[in-house]
Amino acid sequence: MRRLLSASLALFLTASAAFAQAVPGGKLNLIVQPEPPSIMIGITTNGPALLVGGNIYESLLRYDENLKPEPSLAKSWTISDDGLTYTFTLQDGVKWHDGQPMTSADVLFSVNDFLVKMQPRHRNLMTHVESVTAPDDKTVVFKLKEPFEAFIRGLSFYTMPIVPKHIYEGTDYATNPANEKPIGTGPFKFAEWKKGSYIHLVKNPDYYIKGKPYLDELYYQVIPDAASRSVAFENGNVDVLPGGSVENFDIPRLKDLPNTCTTEKGWEYFAPLSWLWLNNRKPPMDNVKFRQAIMYALDRDFARDVLWNGYGKVATGPMSSKLPFYKNVEPTYAHDPAKAKALLKEIGYDGKPLKLLPLPYGETWQRWAEAVKQNLGDVGIPVEIESTDVAGWNQRTANWDYDIAFTYLYQNGDPAIGVDRNYKTSQIAKGNPFNNVEGYSNPELDKLFDQAAVAYPAAKRQELYDQAQKTLQQDVPVAWLLELGFPTIYNCKVQDIVTTASGLPESMRDAWIKK
Amino acid sequence: MLRFISGRLLKAVVILICITVLNFFLIHAAPGDPAAVMAGEAGDSDAAFLQQLRERFGLDQPLYVQLWVYVSSVLRLDLGYSYRQQLPVLQLITDRLPATLILSLSAFIISLGLGVLAGAFASARQGKWADTIISLVALVFYATPLFWLALMAVLLFSVELGWLPGFGYETVGAGYTGIWRALDIFKHLILPAMTLGLFFMAVYARMTRASMLEVGRLDFVKTAKAKGLRPGVIQRRHVLRNALLPVVTLAGLQAGQLVGGAVLIETVFAWPGIGRLMFDALSQRDYNLLLGVFVVSAAMVLLFNLITDVLYRLVDPRIKVSS
Repeated sequence: MRRLLSASLALFLTASAAFAQAVPGGKLNLIVQPEPPSIMIGITTNGPALLVGGNIYESLLRYDENLKPEPSLAKSWTISDDGLTYTFTLQDGVKWHDGQPMTSADVLFSVNDFLVKMQPRHRNLMTHVESVTAPDDKTVVFKLKEPFEAFIRGLSFYTMPIVPKHIYEGTDYATNPANEKPIGTGPFKFAEWKKGSYIHLVKNPDYYIKGKPYLDELYYQVIPDAASRSVAFENGNVDVLPGGSVENFDIPRLKDLPNTCTTEKGWEYFAPLSWLWLNNRKPPMDNVKFRQAIMYALDRDFARDVLWNGYGKVATGPMSSKLPFYKNVEPTYAHDPAKAKALLKEIGYDGKPLKLLPLPYGETWQRWAEAVKQNLGDVGIPVEIESTDVAGWNQRTANWDYDIAFTYLYQNGDPAIGVDRNYKTSQIAKGNPFNNVEGYSNPELDKLFDQAAVAYPAAKRQELYDQAQKTLQQDVPVAWLLELGFPTIYNCKVQDIVTTASGLPESMRDAWIKK
Repeated sequence: MLRFISGRLLKAVVILICITVLNFFLIHAAPGDPAAVMAGEAGDSDAAFLQQLRERFGLDQPLYVQLWVYVSSVLRLDLGYSYRQQLPVLQLITDRLPATLILSLSAFIISLGLGVLAGAFASARQGKWADTIISLVALVFYATPLFWLALMAVLLFSVELGWLPGFGYETVGAGYTGIWRALDIFKHLILPAMTLGLFFMAVYARMTRASMLEVGRLDFVKTAKAKGLRPGVIQRRHVLRNALLPVVTLAGLQAGQLVGGAVLIETVFAWPGIGRLMFDALSQRDYNLLLGVFVVSAAMVLLFNLITDVLYRLVDPRIKVSS
């Protein structure tokens, strides 16, 4: 009861903060890093594109920090008792940025046609969908082939941005000129993109939520050098550094500046989890005891405390603790070099050196590769670091040309969307730098994951996922490292900067500046 | 002279085509392709997505077909389409070229002007305090990495003193026009242009000094002294003019770098120029764009070489030009 009371009090306080005190006006300078190739997020789906494009395009739903669905373009929805029919009612008075009304026809065009052709994540989600129909202008009905409880968490702007039918129908989607001057329904409109300098968005005065957004202008500045980005924040030229904008070793210094706030929130939907891909096809990585030895050899607390400045959390297994159905099950692997050595001795490891591919994403990852090299060296596994650039890294992992490789993947709101893709046999595909690159194949686990995805209701899924987590943690197909923490650093005058599980890309709708 | 120039231009076209073909193969020899990079950035992909991208980029064609398509379009003065940035390459390059030209030309003028001046001054004061200090400073600038100087300059003038903006081409969102915009860009230009110019300034200073000292020992200078000319006039008219030839050679080299030589400085100062465009295109394997930048910079190098050769003749009419 007390918990309920304080929760509603907190709700009341944030509500009053958002509605009573929010003042309109002002502009905000943010960093976008690296410069995205395009901000048409129905086609380009990398992080920087989403950061900007999430203000222009919206989806049916958004999600709070516990991944509970909230209205976005859909103002309400119902799920039938058998879990097969999802009916969405659209908001009233939504207009595209060119003044045309947004209707269920746009939703149908987006999910049945545009996104199926252009967006792999959406394509995967739609394999569970039998049909999408629109009985009237304001209603959209998804009929699933089988119950797929994760579906309700797959409808974010990140997977299903609604795009305008009247602009794209009958054109070549990839080369439509509107890709350069995106037209969405979101709180901000595209104004100008000076390539190499900045992307400028302005307030959408016809936004369907009256009074929002509060800010007049957003500038996403392109500053290619990490040190220069820190300086830009220090100088006050930039108000917000989205997670990952600056090198980790700069964060403590920036945090101590006056009027500087940080938050780790806004990553719950993506819940990035880092691990080492162990090439399960090659000896000695094909031996489960060798893989377990690697887990014991890694000092992951050190990595979090020293390399990541205490941000993030040591991963217990294949799921991030932010994800529904996560459970802390055994076995987990504490740092124990003696155990690692014993395991290596048991299997008679010959001391053959292993090739390690670091992630080419900046200093922190380089240092981390060195720390892993040292950890493994300490238990008698010699490691050679082989550095590449991003293109080379993609090619080598996609073609399975590595022994150990760093990576991190988004969990995308549900294990059936963002987790099982890395462990199922059906996901092994040469030429693809994602999903089951380690080559792990376990028919029993495949079955568990397949059942868990379509089990209904959620309680049934939990049991199956507990079992799957246990199996994976026993088998160690990859060596899990950290649930990464990417703090957003911002000037404290900016309010409500993170209001959903996807953080900055969606929250600019609610953000305002304290005078 | 005209025959010389037209002959050189013809040669330049042939060289340009060779460079294009060579670059084409070099780029395709690097591991990874644009489809893999874009799929990688998407955080998720499937085989259909990769296939789709490769078809869109024309990467599903055999290499010789890709080469033919590219070279023939370059001959038609069409640099192709950047699928990654979804714009024609020529437009991307012409958008960014002015920023690089402003930066590199300022750096060029600063380094040439100040370098020759400092070198001439040092040679006139040979062995004295001024000479020692100039030589020492030149040595330091010559030996220090550019990016470090750049960061130090930002820390001092931008963060500590707050005199100059530390990054960018102009104040974003300020909405200046006309003279105010020019002034704003000028303020942003000072730090990057100075840092970019320092290295060559040091080279010019050292070279001018050495060359002037050498020329100063020649007979005709002694004759001039014997005629009773004032030392300033001797230095300017007789020594400096003759000592400038090696400096012109070097200036030709630096001018050739006007387009592509500023990658580091453009990165540190977030200067939206060609150098960064090239670097981004490289790391993203944006083949058409990268080749386009190479073609344009190669054309610039050839052009500046030609100008240098013509300048030789103007500085010293005894040099004959011939193709």
